[in-house]
Amino acid sequence: MAGLKKKRRIQLIVIGAVLLAAATALVGYGFRDGIELFKSPTQIAEAMPEEGDRFRLGGLVKEGSWERGDVHRFTITDMNEDFPVQFAGIVPDLFREGQGTIVTGSIEGGIFVATEVLAKHDEAYMPKEVADALKEQGVFQPADG
Amino acid sequence: MSIWELANPRRFMALSGRILPGLSWAAGLSIGIALVWGFFFTPDDYQQGSTVKILFIHVPTAFIAINAWLMMLVASLIWLIRRHHVSALAARAAAPVGAVMTVAALMTGAIWGQPMWGTWWEWDPRLTSFLILFIFYLGYIALWQAVEDPDKAADLTSVLCLVGSVFALLSRYAVLFWNQGLHQGASLSIKQEDNVADVFFYPLVLSITGFVLLFVALVLLRTRTEIRLRRVRALMLREAR
Repeated sequence: MAGLKKKRRIQLIVIGAVLLAAATALVGYGFRDGIELFKSPTQIAEAMPEEGDRFRLGGLVKEGSWERGDVHRFTITDMNEDFPVQFAGIVPDLFREGQGTIVTGSIEGGIFVATEVLAKHDEAYMPKEVADALKEQGVFQPADG
Repeated sequence: MSIWELANPRRFMALSGRILPGLSWAAGLSIGIALVWGFFFTPDDYQQGSTVKILFIHVPTAFIAINAWLMMLVASLIWLIRRHHVSALAARAAAPVGAVMTVAALMTGAIWGQPMWGTWWEWDPRLTSFLILFIFYLGYIALWQAVEDPDKAADLTSVLCLVGSVFALLSRYAVLFWNQGLHQGASLSIKQEDNVADVFFYPLVLSITGFVLLFVALVLLRTRTEIRLRRVRALMLREAR
């Protein structure tokens, strides 16, 4: 670099930056399926994974679908398609109906058997009193993760 | 005064020496006030209870971790194009500070993730690119050490910085490209309405301000050290002759 004229150095940097951006875009495009952390119920409805293939399924816990117990049963929805899930274990604190969740496991007999359940939250941090007041007025919009 | 006058090491030393004490006090005060305010005088979150308060460390450290790299990028480009040594040394000085902030953000993120998400770590696009950014910090610091000739080291690390910027930008914007991650969106954005409630927002902004001041103060301090090291080396070479 030291032996080059200033104009030449700028040209080199610009060419390098453009190539780098192109490489990044290509890698991002090529791996777009791998980079996605989870599949939505709509995606598995379109292309059903093989039984026993491990993958992650994500969406909202459908209102009224959660049966507690040693084995939790609930339905994951993306408001378009649903998928039933069962999980034997302890769910995180934030896990609740209407909340975003990501489960890891595989499909067995038409049911997603999860070995791990994660809860998603969004960036709308709000004091408890405010959330309660909003709920009372009926204008509270629950986080959709 | 043009900013390029700071490229003169003597001018840089004079100015940075003058503003450094005030800057350090301002940084300490704002971080102190912001953390006490955030930890003890804010209400609990409606979903997360008091766990949300780790926000006041996690967000500023992550903010600095990403922006420190972008500052290094600008300084590296100034070095590559205009060959100002102070600029190259400022980039070198910022790297360890940024690396420490990255570790702090990774750790607070894990501590926050365990009770809330249910996991310490997940290979979410945003988390992964942030981890890669940390590895780039380590590689950047190592490359400076590995090359003997200072100008050549500055050239090579500048190119590495350019490449690493991909991951600095990705860890901020991955949420936009791949919507399906675990990590939530940015806590701060231009349109504040649907974001953090005001009671959390103001101490958070103060905390970020404090961390920015701390970062600037540390980089100035470390750049001064690097300039002095160069001077000492030059003197020793002259002595040896």
